Amino acid sequence: METRKIKTPLTEEIIRSLHAGDMVLLSGEIYTARDVAHRRLYESLLKGEKLPIDLTQAVIFYAAPTPRPPKKVIGSIGPTTSYRMDSFTPKLIEAGLRAMIGKGNRSPEVVEAIKTNNAVYFGAIGGIAALMSQCVKKVEMVAYEDLGPEAIRKLTVKDFPLLVVNDFQGNDLYLSTQNNWRI
Amino acid sequence: MGTEIETKTKIRRINAKKITRAVKKLFIEANTVLGEDVFEAFHLASSREESATGKEVLKKIIENVDIARRKKMPICQDTGLAVVFVEMGQDVHITGGELHEAIEEGVRQAYADGYLRKSVCDPFTRANTTNNLPAIIHMDVVSGNQVKIIAMPKGGGSENCSAAKMLTPAAGIEGVKKFVLETVENAGANPCPPIIVGVGIGGSLEQACVMAKKALLRPVGEANRVDERAEQIEKELLASINNLGIGPAGLGGRVTALAVNIEMMPCHIASLPVAVNIQCHVARHKETTL
Repeated sequence: METRKIKTPLTEEIIRSLHAGDMVLLSGEIYTARDVAHRRLYESLLKGEKLPIDLTQAVIFYAAPTPRPPKKVIGSIGPTTSYRMDSFTPKLIEAGLRAMIGKGNRSPEVVEAIKTNNAVYFGAIGGIAALMSQCVKKVEMVAYEDLGPEAIRKLTVKDFPLLVVNDFQGNDLYLSTQNNWRI
Repeated sequence: MGTEIETKTKIRRINAKKITRAVKKLFIEANTVLGEDVFEAFHLASSREESATGKEVLKKIIENVDIARRKKMPICQDTGLAVVFVEMGQDVHITGGELHEAIEEGVRQAYADGYLRKSVCDPFTRANTTNNLPAIIHMDVVSGNQVKIIAMPKGGGSENCSAAKMLTPAAGIEGVKKFVLETVENAGANPCPPIIVGVGIGGSLEQACVMAKKALLRPVGEANRVDERAEQIEKELLASINNLGIGPAGLGGRVTALAVNIEMMPCHIASLPVAVNIQCHVARHKETTL
């Protein structure tokens, strides 16, 4: 299978060239954020407050790493299940978010927001966190430090292995591949 | 009438610190070194998988287990709720502390010193308890003078896909199979397939759930040896689950589950309880006997 290398920031041109099923190696800067961080970002947006991160063309990785052992960049890290972020995601996409990394299906509302705003949802393989951590080159604490593992961190990644699940045209990789193998 | 006080029983004393040390070691080991049975099941799955993507996913899963073992890193970032099964010999006396506290202290030390993620929080405020406590402890009193401890770090993603239902007796075996299959199908890619499916049939609501969880401790590939009906349902369900096509990481393929493990017991004349506990491919548990 052909693998394509892409870099952040993910411009509209890059996003419109990505199709469900494409394997990509992503390099650049991405943010970690999951359940509670999403609620906080969402509530700040509703109140019109300034966000602690700039969502313009941002990539969010639904993840919370294990603690960093001495002499290591990061502990183990991998995707958590994405649907729990679904109720907050369309608002974040409207505010500039362009790519999400997680595992599992998204709601019809998220798929629609991805289409309307030229965004993309990448799937990462769950449960291979020791391997994925090898792609993380730098970690910076950015916001909500009180959340511990759930805090927002900025990761600099190199060749992060991902698959395009939902593209800007509304295609869905899980749906199409699972149906292919169903007996 | 003779005396009811037995004086000849040999009581064995075990210091609470020994329990703490054992629990700590088990949780660090469980999170970094995957069981051989599961590892072998990956290789078997890889040879059976027909999808190229599915094969690639399994290759990465195997590679990840190797890296984790070599670098002493957690296999998965979700180092789980700390589930502990204890089989406590009735002729054991714990000295120098309380058993429950000794177990929790072992969990606390494992998650702090082992650089494991603290994944426990208040259900409403979502504030992290910062030490991965409380542990979920299941205690059975058994005969003898030994203590068996099983540590099972249980991930949240697969736990979220689990379900229990009180079926009507009329639903029967077909009703049970339908419920298990629906639960796995609804889970899709979410619980990190290839999964192991633990099923508890009978008992009460909570007993069915505990049986479903205990079923996940059985070595992969071993059938239910107690009840032939259970063994038969295991075989049938494994085949129908793999026909769903969900595949490794939910990207389509032949291998969706590595095993279906069923535990059964009698239930109330009005009920047919069934519980499905889903386990991700990072199927972790380690045990020791003191």
